[in-house]
Amino acid sequence: MNAEASSVRPALIRSFNQNKLSWVGLGLFIVIVMMAVFAPLIAPFDPIDQSIVNRLKPPSAEYLLGTDAFGRDVFSRILYGGRISLLIGVVSVLIGMVLGGSIGIVAGYYGGRIDLVLMRAMDVMLSFPTLIMGLLVVAMLGPSLQNVIIAIAATLVPKFARIARAPTIAVKERAFVEACRALGFSDLRIMTLHILPNILAEILVLASLWTANAIQIEAGFSFIGLGVRPPTPTWGGMIREGFEQIFQAPWLAIVPGLAILLTVFALNLLGDGIRDAIDPKLKDVG
Amino acid sequence: MIWYIARRLLLAIPTIWAVMTVIFIVMRTLPGDPAYAILGDSATAEAVAALREQLGLNRPVMEQYWSFLAGVVQGDLGTSLVFKAPVLGEMWRVLPFTLELTLSAIVIGAVVGIPLGVVSALHRNKLIDYVTRTLSLLGLSFPVFFAAIVLILIFSIELRWFPVISSGNAPGISGRLQHLALPAIAASLGLIAVTTRATRSAMLEVLGEDYIRTAKAKGAPRRLIVYRHALKNALIPVVTVIGLYFGLVIGNSVLIEIVFNRPGLGKLIVGSLDTRDYPMVQGLLIVYASLIIVTNLVTDLTYGFLDPRVKRP
Repeated sequence: MNAEASSVRPALIRSFNQNKLSWVGLGLFIVIVMMAVFAPLIAPFDPIDQSIVNRLKPPSAEYLLGTDAFGRDVFSRILYGGRISLLIGVVSVLIGMVLGGSIGIVAGYYGGRIDLVLMRAMDVMLSFPTLIMGLLVVAMLGPSLQNVIIAIAATLVPKFARIARAPTIAVKERAFVEACRALGFSDLRIMTLHILPNILAEILVLASLWTANAIQIEAGFSFIGLGVRPPTPTWGGMIREGFEQIFQAPWLAIVPGLAILLTVFALNLLGDGIRDAIDPKLKDVG
Repeated sequence: MIWYIARRLLLAIPTIWAVMTVIFIVMRTLPGDPAYAILGDSATAEAVAALREQLGLNRPVMEQYWSFLAGVVQGDLGTSLVFKAPVLGEMWRVLPFTLELTLSAIVIGAVVGIPLGVVSALHRNKLIDYVTRTLSLLGLSFPVFFAAIVLILIFSIELRWFPVISSGNAPGISGRLQHLALPAIAASLGLIAVTTRATRSAMLEVLGEDYIRTAKAKGAPRRLIVYRHALKNALIPVVTVIGLYFGLVIGNSVLIEIVFNRPGLGKLIVGSLDTRDYPMVQGLLIVYASLIIVTNLVTDLTYGFLDPRVKRP
């Protein structure tokens, strides 16, 4: 693992230097995370405090990005909305990665009937469009922060399973795995300590790209009205509310849209850079 | 080729069966008694009993399962609780709108994305390559409903070229196209980006192959090398990527139909989930899954057509 990590790090810096936009992505993402983490310190107003006399104010010195139909400060809501987007994006990908990754490794390692049953189940899950499957899960469980995370994680499980399975099959044929078996190591130990570190890089690349997707999907749910409930600010929910005022106050839909766009763009730039560093063969796939 | 198609079709059958079974189970694990969920907690016992009878919920589970499968095979997907009409008829009415939206998005994606990818690959690491790559990454990052709203702001509200609400039902072909244009462009943005990226990387890979060098060495014209030799082989992975992306386009069509207030499967499923029209939701899930399975099939077949090696088992 150590040898692996030390060879990846210089490659990462080299690849980032080759494509300077990766650094832009990294910088942008750090700024966005900071703004979300320190939202309570930065935000000039309470994000859910209504003030009807100040409704639909255009951007000004007091209200940097204007106010919405309830007189709430859009800038403060963007900061707090970022917390929801990032939280859902990161946690749902982590859950999807752990569950899907485990399924993929187990399927690839044991092969045979276990592989067939597990991967067929994953194929069935993949037969539903991501957004539809997520919608269904949210409809079954009810819209809440926790359930949106479950819904998005559920759509990611089969994808991670597929990504983890293929390299597992390649790695398990290698001599050191044979050696581990000869030494009498348990299957669990071989899978976690010897196979996982060898396939982790590939999984992590897709995790960064799929975090970007997860943020887009969450925004979609909130936009339909099946996301985290109001008055909690979410970027997708803000676009939904802003779209109703599109004629009088177009910035209400544009500002949160740009927030999503920038965050997803930063993650995509970052993911591309990491991918080029880890596996030049994968360049520009998917 | 015929055997290849037949084998593929046969392989799809168990997947379809498994998907139908999952849909059956999911629809029966929706929280609470569907009859109460539909009628509300204050419903009278008689009303609930009548609805349970209508939905067939009072029969044994296995019997429900068999009649469900038999219904699917015979094209009988039950009766919508909201429309009081067969589910299939209502879906059949809106299906063309979703199909014309997604198919035109795919056509735009391929027509714009493939040439962009070729140009980008041929001018690798030149300005035009950087611009194309950055723009396609940006296109990939646009949430589809935000792209739709931006298009409405520019082309409908500012320029007044297109209607704000694209109900899709305008009379005549030009009216229909006018209602289709913005939704289709919004749906195609991500596809253009994905197709460009896939074409670029596939072209770069193919252009480095030995047979291209041979073609160059024997003095074949550059144009012939690029389009005849390189592009045809580069298109194989591109077709797969477009096929994989179709599920996303279908999912995105839900958001686009809502933004433009356009009829379609997506608008229907969101409305049906809202009104708890479970037979309709069930029917729509079947249609969505079938669309994905058919797309995978078509992708595989196109693959076989483009790469003759695949056909031989």
